[in-house]
Amino acid sequence: MKPRPIFLVVLVLVLTVLAGLFIYPETFDKYYKFANWKLGLDLVGGSHLVYEVDLSSVASSDRDSVVNGLRDVIERRVNLFGVSEPQVYLSKAGNAHRLVVELAGIKDVKAAIEQIGATPFLYFAIPQQGLTGETEAGEVRQLTTYRQTELTGRYISSAKLEFDPTTGAPQISLVFNNEGADIFETLTEQQVGKPLAIFLDNQLIQEPIVQEKISGGRAQITGRFTVKEAKQLVERFNAGALPAPIKLINQQTIGASLGGDSLQKTVWAGIIGTLIVMAFMTLYYRGLGLVAALALLIYTLLTLAIFKLFGVTMTLAGIAGFILSIGMAVDANILAFERRKEELRKGLSKATAMEEGFRRAWPSIRDSNVTTIITALVLYYVTTGFVRGFALTLLIGVLMSMFSAITVSRALLRTFLRNNA
Amino acid sequence: MGLSSILVIAAVFSIFNFGFKQGIDFVGGTLWEVKSDVKIVQSVLPKEAMVTPGSNNSLLVRLPELSETDHQKYVEEIKKQDSQFEELSFESIGPAVGQELRKKAVYAFIAVLLIISLYIAFAFRKVSFPVKSWKYGVVTLVTLFHDALVPAGLMAFLGSLNNIEVGTNFIVALLVVMGFSVHDTIVVFDRIRENIKLEKSRNFHFANLVNRSVNETMARSINTSLTLVLVLVALLFLGSANLYYFVLVILVGTVMGTYSSIFVASPLLTLLTKN
Repeated sequence: MKPRPIFLVVLVLVLTVLAGLFIYPETFDKYYKFANWKLGLDLVGGSHLVYEVDLSSVASSDRDSVVNGLRDVIERRVNLFGVSEPQVYLSKAGNAHRLVVELAGIKDVKAAIEQIGATPFLYFAIPQQGLTGETEAGEVRQLTTYRQTELTGRYISSAKLEFDPTTGAPQISLVFNNEGADIFETLTEQQVGKPLAIFLDNQLIQEPIVQEKISGGRAQITGRFTVKEAKQLVERFNAGALPAPIKLINQQTIGASLGGDSLQKTVWAGIIGTLIVMAFMTLYYRGLGLVAALALLIYTLLTLAIFKLFGVTMTLAGIAGFILSIGMAVDANILAFERRKEELRKGLSKATAMEEGFRRAWPSIRDSNVTTIITALVLYYVTTGFVRGFALTLLIGVLMSMFSAITVSRALLRTFLRNNA
Repeated sequence: MGLSSILVIAAVFSIFNFGFKQGIDFVGGTLWEVKSDVKIVQSVLPKEAMVTPGSNNSLLVRLPELSETDHQKYVEEIKKQDSQFEELSFESIGPAVGQELRKKAVYAFIAVLLIISLYIAFAFRKVSFPVKSWKYGVVTLVTLFHDALVPAGLMAFLGSLNNIEVGTNFIVALLVVMGFSVHDTIVVFDRIRENIKLEKSRNFHFANLVNRSVNETMARSINTSLTLVLVLVALLFLGSANLYYFVLVILVGTVMGTYSSIFVASPLLTLLTKN
């Protein structure tokens, strides 16, 4: 036996009240951790940066691990900015590997970009005597070119600042990971008695002569740097030397004031819009319309609660998507009500007419919602960043409104009609 | 269909004549919204910078792609002359990314157009008489295209008039229009399908049936669109200025969608049955 609709109605109403309290800011926020709205960059203010990763010197079999390592390195860097929940993720566009960094609420974007970009790219190179050339003084000298080896910062697992026991000069001791240790061993074996150059961001910082084959993956960099410089280098190595160079290709920064203003206005517009629709339904369809308006209110609160519960990031476009789904949420009711009018004219009883109304309107309701879902899905796959939020909220909104139209509205109407019939 | 044809021709003319003012989303470049004195900004920035009034009591600056160092350089210089300088937003897109977006936009447009038309043909597969089910799909395709074309023409016109640019938001808006405008068409087609089933013999006048179906469903068609329009109007006038043209495109498209389901889709369907 189907449960009496009144139970469903009571359940829904209780859930709705809970939802309402849940989404209303500050009421219960102190009681649970996930209570805060996740607001997008364009509302909170912040920066969305896209970097292109240069994988030209990396073998295609290694690309995935390099790119993942890069992501970890940048994330460690970014976590030092003090931004709440920074996002660092990878994306692919055709053959190009991209790295996306989202910093919500960051105060100094300029410094952030400098620091991300400053993560050093380290590599070892073998100097080769080659061409001859003339210096300014007119002397003929042999020029040295460098052949980059495969040993890069990717293989460094840690760096430490130490002081030479005799001279007190700062030096950096590097520890390579297992793979790196092997490569380093081979290199040093090759270059015994010859120099092995160390480059940092295409600047030669040292060219020590290899004394002997070094196994065990430890190296020491000494040079003419101050303690401060050495410390900075060590920090950067530990935050991670970049496994591959990156270039900023896309930047979107929104100031907090613009974001806050947009949010306020749009939320307000949404509230007014909802009220207008509720008023229209009540005026045009009278009693039934009032029930539909109530169902709409329930729909709005429940869907917002879902957004908050699942941490859906609300961007400006996302809020617009939700508001649009509100405009469409009553459509199922309208179709059913119009159908019911027709059935009444045929002479059916009020209760049966309502049932028939829903039943016969169902194909249209189903098809309309499916086409919207198709559009939302295509949009979701095609867009990125802020605009993607629109597709997501639209999708969730439409699914929820289908549920609300079929279950909530019907249950409400059945309960009220039962009482009236 | 007369008014419709006029609008379509006007839209096509607008698009070909004015073209779309492509925003940085598609061609790459920099879009910078600031609050400052227009003369100072113009004096600091290079000549190719285009400065127009923005929607938040601000200035909208359009430049070719700007490196971060140059960006900060300009900020410093403007700040020297205007201590009240405030940066509202800064967006810089490389041309390669822009091209990608353009390609994606076109694919998305075609994808939605095709998938929805195929779905309609599928949903109406059981109604093969007197119009083959795939024809429902074709009519839907044409109607959707028409619904997207008119707001597009409007944007092309506004582009030449007010330098309004077209970006990813515009494509999203067009896709949304297509996804929504088909609702009304579905409602009418549904009624047509039902009425066909009710016919006792195979000898009925299709055009009359179509007409009848349109009349029977007009109220619900208009009402469902009306609720959406009400919400859109609220967003247009009360919502964030950044969404203005986005909402406008959807609004115009939705109105066209309702109009087209009554005056375009149904007549077209009738036309296709003529032997």
